[in-house]
Parts: sequence; C-alpha cells; structure tokens
Amino acid sequence: MLRLNVNGHEHAIEDVADDTPLLWVLRDELKLVGTKFGCGIAQCGACTVHLNGQPIRSCQMPVSAVGSGKITTVEGLAAGETLTALQKAWIEHDVPQCGYCQSGQLMSATALLAANKNPTDAQIDQFMAGNLCRCGTYVRIRKAIHSAAQAVKGNA
Amino acid sequence: MNTVVTTESFVNDLVAGLDRDVASQLADASLPPVSRRGFIKVAGAAGGLVLALSAGLPTDAKAQARPAPPPIPFVPGAYVHIATDGKITLYSKNPEIGQGIKTAFGVILAEELDAKWSDVTVEQSEINAAVYGAQFAGGSLSIPMSWDTLRQAGAGARAMLVAAAAKQWGVPESEVTTSDSTVLHAASARKASYGSLATAAAALPPPDPKTLKLKDRKDYKLIGKRFTGVDNVSLVTGKPLYGIDVNLPGMRYAILEKCPAVGGKVASANLEEIKKLPGIFDAFIVEGSPKATNVMATAVLPGVAIIGKNTWSVFSARKQLKVEWDKSTASKDSWTQYVAQAKELSSKAQGEQVVKATGDVDKALSSGKTVEGFYQFGFVSHAQLEPQNCTAWYKQGPNGDTLEMWTPTQLPGNGLPLAAGVVGLKPEQVTFHQQRVGGGFGRRLLNDFVAEAAYLAKAAGGVPIKLMWTREDDMRHDAYRVGGFMAYKGGLDAKGNLSAWNAHMITFQDTASKQVATAGGIPANEFPMNYVTDYRASQSLLPLSMPVGPWRAPGSNTMSWVTQSFFHELSTAAKRDHVEFLLEVFGRKAGQPAAAPAGPPGLNPDRAIGVIKLAAEKAGWGKPLPKGHFHGLAFYFSHQGHIAEVAEVSVDAKKKVTLHKMTVAADIGPVINLSGAENQVQGCVVDALSTLGLEVTMENGEMQQTNFDKYPMRRIPNTPKVDLHFVESNYPPTGLGEPAFPPAGPAICNAIFAATGHRIRTLPITKEGFTLA
Ligand code: FES
Ligand code: FES
Repeated sequence: MLRLNVNGHEHAIEDVADDTPLLWVLRDELKLVGTKFGCGIAQCGACTVHLNGQPIRSCQMPVSAVGSGKITTVEGLAAGETLTALQKAWIEHDVPQCGYCQSGQLMSATALLAANKNPTDAQIDQFMAGNLCRCGTYVRIRKAIHSAAQAVKGNA
Repeated sequence: MNTVVTTESFVNDLVAGLDRDVASQLADASLPPVSRRGFIKVAGAAGGLVLALSAGLPTDAKAQARPAPPPIPFVPGAYVHIATDGKITLYSKNPEIGQGIKTAFGVILAEELDAKWSDVTVEQSEINAAVYGAQFAGGSLSIPMSWDTLRQAGAGARAMLVAAAAKQWGVPESEVTTSDSTVLHAASARKASYGSLATAAAALPPPDPKTLKLKDRKDYKLIGKRFTGVDNVSLVTGKPLYGIDVNLPGMRYAILEKCPAVGGKVASANLEEIKKLPGIFDAFIVEGSPKATNVMATAVLPGVAIIGKNTWSVFSARKQLKVEWDKSTASKDSWTQYVAQAKELSSKAQGEQVVKATGDVDKALSSGKTVEGFYQFGFVSHAQLEPQNCTAWYKQGPNGDTLEMWTPTQLPGNGLPLAAGVVGLKPEQVTFHQQRVGGGFGRRLLNDFVAEAAYLAKAAGGVPIKLMWTREDDMRHDAYRVGGFMAYKGGLDAKGNLSAWNAHMITFQDTASKQVATAGGIPANEFPMNYVTDYRASQSLLPLSMPVGPWRAPGSNTMSWVTQSFFHELSTAAKRDHVEFLLEVFGRKAGQPAAAPAGPPGLNPDRAIGVIKLAAEKAGWGKPLPKGHFHGLAFYFSHQGHIAEVAEVSVDAKKKVTLHKMTVAADIGPVINLSGAENQVQGCVVDALSTLGLEVTMENGEMQQTNFDKYPMRRIPNTPKVDLHFVESNYPPTGLGEPAFPPAGPAICNAIFAATGHRIRTLPITKEGFTLA
C-alpha cells in the first residue's frame, strides 16, 4: 500500500505497480481526471501537476518516487468555490478552445506566478514553452497570465 | 424521410472530402423548409416549459424512426427547457470539439428568447437522429445548419411565454414585450418572470413556426458580443468532461495493438505470457479487417487486444507483447517513392485525367508570357491533444442486448450505426453519450476508435471497457491529411493580366475503393475556374493505401497554398502589385455573384474584393514597414467564409522566419460570439504557421513520426499578433473552425518571397532550408 498526499488529502492506494506514473494513479485510482494524458514522453505538458509547489510532468514521475511529497492538481487550485486569479483570468479571457491542454497550462502558469509575480513576455515564453496547445490559444494564455499578475498586484 | 436522406448523404460526402462543393449547397438545401418544421411540446417531470423544435422530420417519419426517449423524466430530446425557477436549459445537438459551439448555440437561442444570458445553461444533447437530425461537428457547418432552427426555437418559446402572460393579465399580446427573461406590460406596469410563466405557457398550444417574427439584426442584444465558453469554469477546475475522463464502476481498460505497417494481420502473439502479467485480465487476437484506407467503413483493423485493471497495467503489458505480423496485406507506401514518381509524372504531357477544361489553354499558353511552378506538400497528422479513446459497455439482457457508449466523436450520427453493425445490434439498441472532444480537426469524423471500443466491449463480456490509444497509436493510425503535388502553368497577357491557367495535380487514389483519396484531387470548380476563359484542371493518381481523411479545411488547406502561392508568382512575373492583380481577376465577375457557375459554389467575387481591400488597408499594404519586415497576402474562400490575410514577416540570415503579425479580414456573415470567433481565427493562424513546418512521412507502410518529439508543433514563443477585422455582412453566418486557416499559409510564404526572393514550393519549409522562429 502506498500513501499519497494530493490536494491536502492523504490517500491510501492499494495495489498499483511501483513504476506506475503518478498521472495514472491520479486519473485511474483517485479519479482526479483534470490532469491529462497527451504524449506520455514529457513533450506536451498536459499532465503537469505540482510536487511541493514545483511543476512536474506526472507522466514521467513513478508514483513510488513521490514519497511524502505534496501533490497539487488542477482540482486543488481553487479554495472551495473561490477560484484563483489565474482561473478567473482564464475564464475572463476565454482562453480554452478544446480545453484539453488547459489544466496543464494552468498548473505551469500557477508555478510561474508563484516564482515570478510579474513575468515579462520573454519569461512567459520560457516558462510556458513546455506546454503544447494544439488549438493555438497562446495569444490568450499570455494575456490571461498578465491579467492575473495585475489582479494579484491590485489586491496585495 | 427525404430530408434525412439528404442530410446523411451530405455528411457522407463531407467525410469523403467533397465538403467544399457540398458545404455551400448545404447552407441552402439541407435546412428543411420551415413549413416542415414544427414545435413539439413535451410535458414531463422536469416541470415548466419544454419545447422542441423538431429537426425537420415530418411527424410520420418521426414515428417510424427511433423511438423517442421515455417522456418522464424528460430532459433530453428538446432544444429548450424553461424551468419554474427561471433556469433555461438548451440542449446542444452537435459535439463540442473546441469550436465553441455550445456557447454559440446558447447565444443564438437566448437572443430570440430574449433571455438573460446568466439564466442560460447549455448541455450536450443525447444522440438521437429522430429528434435532432444530423449530429456532427465538421465542415464549419454547425452554425449555418442550426442558425434558423435555434432562432425559431427561441422565438417560439418566447411567443408562448408572451401568450401566457397576456392571457393572465387579460391584455392583448401586442401590448406585451419581453426583456431579460421577463415579460412586461408597460401600460399597467406589470411584469412576470419567464420561470413564473413557464407552467402556464406549457399549457398553451405551440405556435406555428411560420408565424414567428425573428428579430431585426439591429435589435440584437447578445449576438455579436463576447461570451466566455459555457464550459470554462468546469475546464479550469478539472471537471470530467472528455471521453478519456469517463469512469464507470467495474470498468476495465483496453489497448489494441495494430500493425505499424497499416493493414497488416496478426500471425501470432505471446498471448499466454501477456495474460499472466500483473493486472491483466485477458489478451486476444482481433481478426478485424486488414483493409486500412477506409477506416470509416471497415471498422476494426486486425490486432492484439489486452484488457487489464487500469491504464498502466495494459500499457506495461503491451511493452512485453511480441507480435508476429503478417504484412502481406499491409501498406507498402513510401513517401520517397511518391516524390520521385510525382516529379516524373509532372513532366509528362499526357496520361492525366482532365477534370475541367474551358477555352483552349494550350493555345493561350503558346503566346504571351508563361510562368511555371511545381509544388509539393507532405502528409500531416491531426495530432489533436486528446488521444483517441472510447468507453463501451455491452450488456446482455432478457429483452435483447444493448450497447452503451461514451463517445468523443465528431460524427456520432455515423458512429452509432457503425458501432451497432460491429456488434450485430440494431441502432436502436445502442446508446451514445457524447463527450466533449479534446480536439477534432477532422480526425474524429472517423469513428474507427468507436468501432474498436464496441468490438472490445462485446468481447469483454458484460463489463464496461475503456479503450485507450497511446500517442504512438494515434500518430501511426491517423487518417492523415493527404500530401500531393501540383504542376502549374499560367499565362499573362500583354497587360500583365492572368490569361490562362493550367493546373496538373499529382495526387492519390485509394487502392481499395479506387476513389480519389479523401481531400486529395483537384475540384472541377477550383478557383480561378470561370474567372479565366482558358482553363484546365487535370490530375494524375498514385496508388495509396495509407488512410487519409478530412483535416481542418480539407482540400482547401493545401489547395489554398498552391493556388495563392502561384498567383503571387504570376503577379510577380507581371511586375504587378499583388493586391491589384487579384482584384483585377475577381473584378471580372464583380457585380454578378449569382452568375452560375461562378467557380466554387458560394464564392462571391464582391465579398472577395471586399475582404482583400480591407485586409490590405488594415495591414497598411504598400506602406513602409519596420526595417526587415515584409508583407504577403492571400485570399481564400472555403466553408462559406471569404477571408483575406496579410502576413508581416521577417527572415534572418539563417533563414529563420518570424511571423510578426497576421492581419485578417473575414466576411462570415454575422459574428455570433465575438470572443469565440477571435479565438478560432487566432488558432487558425497559429495552426497554419505551425503546419508550414510539419510533415509525417511513411516508408514501407509505416509512419516514421509517432510522437510529438518528431512532430514539433508550435509552442508559445513567437506567437504572432493577430489583427482581426470582421465584415459583418448580411449573408447567413458560417462557422469559423476552418476558413481562416487556408489563406494563412500562402500569405506567409508570399511574405517570405517578398523578404528573400525565394519561392517556397515545398512543404514543410524546412525542406527549403527555412525554419520557423
Ligand atoms: S503526457 Fe506528460 S508531457 Fe505529455
Ligand atoms: S485548447 Fe485545445 S489543446 Fe489547448
């Protein structure tokens, strides 16, 4: 049996192979399906989650390596009904098209703003380049990140 | 049943790649005449007013078609439900694939209903041809096909609420108005919410759709404004919406390993070993049908299925799987060979099929100035981000077997009978739950993954199974955008005007069906047919056994690149301004848009002229640009959209191309949701830019690129600015999932020529030594 801390909750996970990527434990065992599968080879970023606040590719992380680390998924961003500034900006700027990449985009963007409260375009490019959006919503992703950064600044 | 037959055959044609011709006919013809539509009022436990505007089936046909769902508790099957608490629900009949249709449908309905937008919820409808008619997302047709129906549904429900209020208040209906989900009587200062009137309205007879007066455009309160997608809150909080998110109690997971050389059969496999692996319930050979090309019709390809307790157990077991393939039936296609053959064929003066010829092109080309160009474009993959998947549950029952499926398809209307056929059931024994689709781009108009899931569910014996494709499965077994070659000869007269056009396409023929490959081939009415008298379009066919299919703006996405690039070659050779050169050609038919046949059906020269001028003006065509920046322009008509784009490009010494800005002028009729429309155009520009740098190549029937590491789609850096201008014309609206794509690629390549003097004639542009910043 394995213990996993996800979104502030301890989960006991029975009977999964040690090499199971965290992605599939989240999706198949914990039914947290907001984290997506796109490529399985660390190319698309659809599976991005946070491990102790750092963005990781959950398709590459064997669940046995997580240990007591704290996992955050897209389901754990909002505090109850209260959305984060980024989630709000994503809605306000109507970022998604098919939407499939967007939980990964949000997890990367959340990590970016945690590290850098007011990123430049170049910093956004660098940080977000690991997240593919097949629908090409990049114009809006950038806008939403800037607008969330402004909103947080306004509230501080 | 005429209407149904027409619509279904339309959809088949669409998938067969004929959409460019058929789409425009559809905009007029497929919509059933208004008189044949009628409202059906549905009473049920839901309470309030439930109003369905039938999809156009006459009542008797409806009775013969699939039995309607049980009325209690009634929800699906209707377009609109107004609950007593004022909540308004629209059941959106077509799949949501990222084109924003759920939101756009809601806006259209709410407009005519005069509803407050925040009262409106949009839900995916059930899949039921008897109630909804054709259900699919393709050809940018959802909007044109539902524009009238949804407006009438809204207006019909509004009329019933008005009638109910007038009756309650004892005043004439003509004195009653509506606004923000409320009925008002100004003279007596009375008002009532839609919710409070819903029950009374439900007791009234529904109106005859013919008597409804639809709003004037100037009175629109919602249409044309910005709306955020109706699923966005669910999306940013990670709610299960997609096919891949389906979880059922007792569900098992399945993979199907197919031959990497498409169409190969299983000779043997180490099944016993696989069955012993942890978490594996079963492994077996699927005989299937080895013919690969028309995956639509052949359903299931041969392979080895593994069924296990979770995704990782089947993915892991698959790594241990050893299959001996019998490749005698497999594709041996080779891109390298095709390229060599095409070059040879292009130089031959005979043997090709003439698709269309007017005037005397040979004679015309023998005098004046002649320009030649040979173009090549590769196959590309859909690469929608959600890999194919499908969940299915086959149940044996005392009253006959049933199949229940959770389907992320673009074409449920075809998928349902296909799945039924695969498991030997009748369509009425099959239920589809349509899921949000994590990217379509045409790939999911093919239901091969649906057929596979149906087959595996039956084999799994009573438990639900989720079929998972890996990215490698997805790229190996795509229905690719077909590659092709085009040899052009164009003539210029003494004034430097276009005087002759000879297009010889080297394209593909499906080895099984002997049909021209889907979205390959040169349409008989391809522009500039009918704009230049001496015109010939012909094609030579190379045998192809890889599956190909519709890919965002099928046919148009490549035809636009060759035609609009070659137009630029001609205007350049004539030493003419490109805009002026194009305007002269369209000007030949100006003022006679109805003159038939005027080239591609629906292509309206005045609308073309309008957007070309607008794009040029907004981009500052001919005006000074920042140092090192150059413009290129292209126009293309597809999916009823007239769109011109101007690319502003710079190219550095290492031939790295940066697209700084794309100016887009689009005439698509009224815009429904401005935010969604802009999103689609921005996405089309990014996709078109990305695709200039991509290809998949097959050798010995196997695709060489099987994951994103070998298929470098664009990421966020250097995303171009998109400056978008809509001509809000009074033509009926069309969808925007596709038509902004085709002009973007040639506009960029024309700008590269302006910057470097190098004509890109081969795609991807890396073949010509260029890269994309
Ligand atoms: S699924 Fe993990 S990076 Fe693509
Ligand atoms: S919104 Fe479709 S992949 Fe990003």
